[in-house]
Amino acid sequence: MGKTLCRVPKDPMKILKRLSVLALLALPASLFAQAGMEVQTRISSLESAVKSAQSAGDNAWMLMSAALVLMMTGPGLALFYGGLVRRKNVLGTMMQSFILMAVVTVIWAVVGYSLAFGEWSPVLGDLRYAFLNHVGAAPNPDYAPTIPQQTFMIYQLMFAIITPALISGAFAERMKFSAMLLFTVLWSLIVYFPMAHMVWGKGGLLNAFSGGRIPCFDFAGGTVVHITSGVSALVCALYLGRRLGYPDLPMKPHSLVISFIGACLLWVGWFGFNAGSALAASPLATSAFVATHFGAAAAALGWVLVEWLVNGRPSMLGGISGCVAGLVAITPASGFVQPFSALAIGFCAGIVCFGMVTVVKKRLGYDDSLDAFGVHGAGGTLGALLTGVFATSAVNDGLKDAAGRPLPLGLVDGHAGQILNQAVGCAIAWGLAIVGSLVILKICDMVVGLRVSKEQETEGLDVAMHGEEGYIFEG
Amino acid sequence: MKKIEAIIQPFKLEEVKETLKALGIDGMTISDVRGHGRQKGHREVYRGQEYNVDLLPKVKLELVVPSGRYEEVLRALASAARTGKIGDGKIFVYDVAEAIRIRNDDRGESAL
Repeated sequence: MGKTLCRVPKDPMKILKRLSVLALLALPASLFAQAGMEVQTRISSLESAVKSAQSAGDNAWMLMSAALVLMMTGPGLALFYGGLVRRKNVLGTMMQSFILMAVVTVIWAVVGYSLAFGEWSPVLGDLRYAFLNHVGAAPNPDYAPTIPQQTFMIYQLMFAIITPALISGAFAERMKFSAMLLFTVLWSLIVYFPMAHMVWGKGGLLNAFSGGRIPCFDFAGGTVVHITSGVSALVCALYLGRRLGYPDLPMKPHSLVISFIGACLLWVGWFGFNAGSALAASPLATSAFVATHFGAAAAALGWVLVEWLVNGRPSMLGGISGCVAGLVAITPASGFVQPFSALAIGFCAGIVCFGMVTVVKKRLGYDDSLDAFGVHGAGGTLGALLTGVFATSAVNDGLKDAAGRPLPLGLVDGHAGQILNQAVGCAIAWGLAIVGSLVILKICDMVVGLRVSKEQETEGLDVAMHGEEGYIFEG
Repeated sequence: MKKIEAIIQPFKLEEVKETLKALGIDGMTISDVRGHGRQKGHREVYRGQEYNVDLLPKVKLELVVPSGRYEEVLRALASAARTGKIGDGKIFVYDVAEAIRIRNDDRGESAL
């Protein structure tokens, strides 16, 4: 029966402790230095892992947002507008939205992205990104430092698609398809790309966050998208003249069911439009998401309530028109305002746009067929001005003074002068849209002619322009 | 033979059909029509644009019955289609000169 020579403790932790003390005694100093470097490497590898995780999260949200904004044009806007026209024009109207998904994409790839987001002058970009040169997986820190520039590019493209599509509401049911195509190409080049550059491009004239001379707040496109399209829509309606028989012949929407589906798709898609404009899956995106939803809800209520008081009945068309008006008005404000400000902006938009399409349009007598001006022009201008009232650094602290403190943004922060900046931004957008559209319409009129013939207008665009019908019931 | 042409409220169609079936009348032609008599239309408003819709949807029912039965059919049809309100519609009766069953050239009342 032997005795153990060495006493081994039963607790394994004790063994470890003893061993580590021994090991430490044996370690030369150089090894400590090596351990320090290992920690450094681990930290930097952790940092890059965190960065790539953030990039993955931001990129996922931005790709999703890009898809949501495309969905606003097709099927959203195409259905919304398609249901509002007479049955004989449903395909022609939907086609005017759909074809832009193809046409603007090509222009964007060739020069559009570069003219909007290149860097040259305060009003237009250069050709550094022409043919998407240098637009790849690497982020562009001037715009969105955590996502590939290609993601930023495709996201911004979706805005360039829907903006001219909005105008089609004004010339619906009477413009030639060829004229509409030519108009859109020229309009993108002459009106949209410069305006996008001025507001969002690096060094743009109105870009508050990139040293613009006139710092204008436009989070997701109140001036760039809605004022330009809405005001151009009015110019188109005036230049083309009324539809045959307007306003004596009945021109009821042929299917409010279709319009309803379209409007609801717009509401959902608008989350990509506004919350996506944060360009990251950030708290600011959440704030814009909330503001967007609240604006739409309040505007739908505003429109329906006034309509109920005035006409005695709350209509569904009123409800969906109101929600779109609210979404338009909250667009420039969405990344700058608190939820209750969003409710106020939406409610005002619902009432003002109702007045525009029911009272002002009738009194002035222009035929803005689907109220592109009454909703987008008026709602966009209202929203841009109210952004100057309600913008607050509590929501968006992107503007800082030299000491790194957030600067006051709008009237609610005590900076009343911002309303003037917003007004100047609106005036520039109005001016560019009016002059640009007039010139372009003149060119299109001379080159291809703007209006379909009387016979074609009576027959309907579906058969006259496209040789097909939207609804075939027999057989 | 008499042709009965009745313009009735669309929601009364089922009741009228059942009544006629109970009398053994199983042939008729139905069409969706629009029209108005004394019944006033209604007002529709789309974004402030007002429309007075005075042509209202109705159902037109046509059937040809033997001369001996038309009084009885007429009474049953009228009472089935009646609500007592303006807009119930009208019934017109015509004499029919001839009837032919296309399948086998039957003529007159035996073609009904």
